[in-house]
Amino acid sequence: MSAGRAALRAEWVKIRTGRSTGWTLVLTFVLCVGLAVLLGLSMRGGFDRMDAGARANFDPVLVGFYGLLIGEIAFVAFGVLFVGSEYTSGMIRASLTAVPRRGVFYGAKMLTGALTASVFSLATGFATFFTAQAALGPHGVTLGSAGALRATLLACAHLTLMCLFAMGVAAIARGTALPLGIMIPLLFLDSQGLGNAPGIRTVAQYLPDQVGMVMMRAVPARPDAIDHRAFGPWTGLGVLVLWAAAAVVGGYLVLRRRDA
Amino acid sequence: MNRVIEVRNLSKRYGETVAVEDLSFTVRPGRVTGFLGPNGAGKSTTMRMILGLDRPTGGRALIDGEPFARLAEPLRRVGALLETTAAHGGRRARDHLRWLARSNRIPERRTAEVLRMTGLENVARRRVKGFSLGMGRRLGLAAALLGDPAVLLLDEPLNGLDPQGILWMRNLMRDLAAEGRTVFVSSHLMSEMALTADHLVVIAGGRLLADTTAAAFVAANSRAYVRIRTPEPERMRDALAGAGIAAVAAPDGALEAEGAEPARIGELAAAHGLVVHEVAARESSLEEAFMRLTGEAR
Repeated sequence: MSAGRAALRAEWVKIRTGRSTGWTLVLTFVLCVGLAVLLGLSMRGGFDRMDAGARANFDPVLVGFYGLLIGEIAFVAFGVLFVGSEYTSGMIRASLTAVPRRGVFYGAKMLTGALTASVFSLATGFATFFTAQAALGPHGVTLGSAGALRATLLACAHLTLMCLFAMGVAAIARGTALPLGIMIPLLFLDSQGLGNAPGIRTVAQYLPDQVGMVMMRAVPARPDAIDHRAFGPWTGLGVLVLWAAAAVVGGYLVLRRRDA
Repeated sequence: MNRVIEVRNLSKRYGETVAVEDLSFTVRPGRVTGFLGPNGAGKSTTMRMILGLDRPTGGRALIDGEPFARLAEPLRRVGALLETTAAHGGRRARDHLRWLARSNRIPERRTAEVLRMTGLENVARRRVKGFSLGMGRRLGLAAALLGDPAVLLLDEPLNGLDPQGILWMRNLMRDLAAEGRTVFVSSHLMSEMALTADHLVVIAGGRLLADTTAAAFVAANSRAYVRIRTPEPERMRDALAGAGIAAVAAPDGALEAEGAEPARIGELAAAHGLVVHEVAARESSLEEAFMRLTGEAR
């Protein structure tokens, strides 16, 4: 048990002294909150020009969180770099010489990443909500309105789980280039509405970030809306937990089996 | 704690390629043990297997009777300097040592101590990315010494060091061994090991060639001969053969005769009226002995 605590402390020093930690987290926060301001202001002016259907489907909470789909790309980079740089720098050999039990090392790394990510996600999620609702002005809602608190908490959970997913993928790929090269373009494309495209939508709606779109809603999309999904926010949480768990477990199996 | 590294029937194959084959040897405390072999002989692979980084295909490597992965707080018992720099370029040297110290509950003051020991105190706040090869090696050594371990594994520690650095590292290794520690150090240069090691484990092609004291290795593998230069090598060779002395031609045309003193050869030349330009006693270098030994193993 003391070995686990010592390994956690070591990972905590790593996360604090790593060069990428600072800029990825600042960028994530700036993108999430900054886009919340832009989207809020834009919808505040655009609301009057919407037709009745669009107004009925209007979810001010979701509007505020659209920016997370872009901001989370930097957050994914944080997770990938925290784990993947162990391999690209060769540090993994020092890490496993210091903590040779691979399960202990991996557990400490994932737990440190997850705790850091969840604290940061909570701060970012709530800051994004309040900023967006303020920018929406008369169309904004408070945390007390129906579904708003749930949507905000699930938005935070979404960010944390995306980071954990990214950490697991980096452990599977044993590096940074492949996970960043695949995940960043995919997430960017996805944020443009891959989950809405007919045909691939049946499958694409279960992609990690698309699941987030459902989690972040205060009001479910109407059945005739283009972003209507076959599942609700809590199911969405479950799906995302499965994604993250699969990646984290996969990363462990790779670490346990391979030479360092 | 008996401070012994035991390698028992260790093997490592990558598909068809054999990196290490049925390797067995023991490394004991109180002396510097050189782990010698040409590049690609399997030295680094063996060291990584001792540290549990690579999984053996067969056999075991034990430290004080236990696999490395089973040791509690291993940095306090085994220090390792690996061939590649195992530090993240974006991290400051001091921070690299700090996380290592935390991982094994080593007091924070040790980081300052090992930075001073390795001459890195002035660059402690610099990022590792800007380090020269020699500074990187020093940082690796600082990491190895952090837990004040009784067993040290050093993979090519002299690589990238300037002559002063080499002398410093050599003395440090000898001092560490004199303190009763087990010092296991790999090198592909025989001449370096002849000056540093008390005991040698020699491998080539992943197989054990010799496990002996450095002095015994030198005695067994060095060759004494007499070098002769003459304008008439054929007649000289006949004269030598007549006296029962075997001689071979060196690449530069000189003759190399074994089993006779220079005086005897000079007398033979005079008796046959032969002109000689050089008659000199020589000993083949350790490097040659090592090349011959490892060359045969291929």
